[in-house]
Amino acid sequence: MSANLQLTDDGRLRHLLTLDGLPARILTQILDTAASFITVTDSERDVKKVPLLRGKAIFNIFFENSTRTRTTFEIAAKRLSADVVNLNINASSQSKGETLLDTIANLSAMQADMFIVRHAAAGAGHLIARHVAPHIHIVNAGDGRCSHPTQGLLDMFTLRHYKGPFHNLRVAIVGDVLHSRVARSQIHALTTLGCPEVRVVAPKTLLPRDVENLGVHVFHKMAEGIKDVDAVLMLRLQNERMRGSRLPTAGEYYKHWGLTPDKLKLAKPDAIVMHPGPMNRGVEIDSAVADGMQSVILSQVTFGIAVRMAVMSILAGN
Amino acid sequence: MKIHIKNGRVIDPASGLDAVLDIYVAASHIVGIGAPAAGPSQGRRSAPSGGSEAWGPSIPADFHANQTIDASGLIVCPGLVDLSVRLREPGLEYMATLETEMHAAAVGGITSLACPPDTDPPLDEPGLVEMLKFRAKHMPGPRVYPVGALTRKLKGEGITEMAELTEAGCIAFSQADAPLIDTQVLLRAMEYAKTFELSVWLRPQDPHLAREGVAHDGVVAARLGFPPIPVPAETVALSTILLLVRETGARVHLARLSSRAGIEMVRHAKQDGLPITCDVGIHHVHLSEMDTADFNAHCHLIPPLRSQRDRDAIRHGLEDGTIDAICSDHAPVDDDAKELPFQEAEPGATGVELLLPLTLKWARETGLPLTKALGYITQHPAAILGVDAGRIGIGRPADLCLFDPEATWVVNRANLASLGKNSPFLGLEMQGRVQYTLIDGHLDFRRGNHH
Repeated sequence: MSANLQLTDDGRLRHLLTLDGLPARILTQILDTAASFITVTDSERDVKKVPLLRGKAIFNIFFENSTRTRTTFEIAAKRLSADVVNLNINASSQSKGETLLDTIANLSAMQADMFIVRHAAAGAGHLIARHVAPHIHIVNAGDGRCSHPTQGLLDMFTLRHYKGPFHNLRVAIVGDVLHSRVARSQIHALTTLGCPEVRVVAPKTLLPRDVENLGVHVFHKMAEGIKDVDAVLMLRLQNERMRGSRLPTAGEYYKHWGLTPDKLKLAKPDAIVMHPGPMNRGVEIDSAVADGMQSVILSQVTFGIAVRMAVMSILAGN
Repeated sequence: MKIHIKNGRVIDPASGLDAVLDIYVAASHIVGIGAPAAGPSQGRRSAPSGGSEAWGPSIPADFHANQTIDASGLIVCPGLVDLSVRLREPGLEYMATLETEMHAAAVGGITSLACPPDTDPPLDEPGLVEMLKFRAKHMPGPRVYPVGALTRKLKGEGITEMAELTEAGCIAFSQADAPLIDTQVLLRAMEYAKTFELSVWLRPQDPHLAREGVAHDGVVAARLGFPPIPVPAETVALSTILLLVRETGARVHLARLSSRAGIEMVRHAKQDGLPITCDVGIHHVHLSEMDTADFNAHCHLIPPLRSQRDRDAIRHGLEDGTIDAICSDHAPVDDDAKELPFQEAEPGATGVELLLPLTLKWARETGLPLTKALGYITQHPAAILGVDAGRIGIGRPADLCLFDPEATWVVNRANLASLGKNSPFLGLEMQGRVQYTLIDGHLDFRRGNHH
């Protein structure tokens, strides 16, 4: 099973492919380690570097475009003093017919220590992890609709930072759960870390069948779904979903599931608002909320670097 | 060539025969069945029913065997009849070749097979079918019965020359896994087939509901984010087909059912007397969506592996006769097309060498007697094909499978004769192994290490 592939025989993290099946102690270890890196990333500090990964070669391999995620991994790796190579594969070898595993084999031959992989297909990281030499670590930076573990972890870090222990929290995940690897990672992390009530809020066309089996409560109406929650985790609505057979228009979506100041009043007064970015203002979130007092969206970005530093340093140490 | 098969436990599902007997083969046919010629042999298994006492010695007059096979400890059953074996010829030889897959089928005890028309080009012209028949006839291996394309290029637009294709050797017509979007074309194709009393084989799947899908719309797809193929993709298409069968009276065989709801519809349609038959793939008798949870591309199959309840419904449908036959749905795929993330991998599994052991596994798990279980891979599919096969009896073609029900073997690349090494069962142990395959009275395959 997938969980074993991620762990060494003595139960330490070997690859980070998904949060599904990872024990709470490893999630907590990553969050605690990230907390220790917060000072390194502190803007007050002159030298934002530690030498933990000096001499290590980290390859950012992105089979799918993403400037933002790739950049945060790059910054995290550089703050750990690693050498970073960025590769956008869709533009090069794949179009020449090279297979995924051939690409990986070639890059492995360049003495890589770690691959950060984003791919459009679920399980791409698992496939690569099964084929690389034992000393190479894989970090999944997003695979299809399946998982985006570092995003899920940075969301947990943010939640814990602002709201304290998970066992007191009621959290709503709002939007396109069906196509969202972020939502899946959030759900696995929240249920593993002991969050007693995880809700998903979306129209039926944007929810997977049997989603209740993931341990969440299903709501279709915002007013009910975010009532009295401690945190609202908004999801990005992809442009191509805004018109079609799943949703009639962006306008109707905004009216029913867009997070506006009025709707946010239904949550607890001190509830926080999160979003993995990039945001569609006026589609899933109103600017007044995105830029408002309850928004911690920019903190997520900052914490994201510390969390990725934590993941990479833990993997390199195992 | 005269062959004397001694002391085998002969099982013939069609007649219910299960007894230790000798079989005499001459001129491509079974010419005698009788009690073992020379006294009881050592260590022979006793037959649970229809004991050999009922049969007198029946050595045909003037029978002098050229070859004697000692089948002590082996089960002798009709050669297997497989309703879906992709031989990958013409056009897809990078996956497998006619020669290798015919041989693999014989290794699996298969003596008759139907091959779907999804070759490149598809089997939509008499010349292609004649060439395939000709090539197959001149090499060792099972009898090959091509299934012709129902529509030209399998595009679902114009119907093919079904009458000509039948003369060329096609035994039925299908779209294989290609969509037939235009329901009017489906209606016309069924009417035209009915005109000649031809059989139409359809795998029910609505192309719109299945669009971009790769896995069952259930717990695992929800968890892993696989683009789903919901059960209604099967039931909606099935409902259309069943209504058109009612309308046209066409003889329709439903291929590869996968869902509990679909099987329930077939059960009712059969009770209503519709002229339909149906099959499932052997992998769907054993596996479920849970087997896709570690992204194993070998479990990316068409139709998708569904829930445990669906799998249980398939087993129940087999036992109560709603489902007539089990096929291997053999689809050899080269490594390059399988060593990919689940959803990008070419679907399908190699199957001809696993059909028998996996059927035996199912029989052991359910306690079904072999006289019944083996019927799903011999007598019943032969009836669907409409050919004289799948039975043991005097005067019948000598197509026989002799297997050791106790022998165990591990499924691995080296042990598979098929060029396709793509199996969900790689690394697992099977019980039951073919030792000899007789096709048309000739020993087509014998395993090296059996004495």
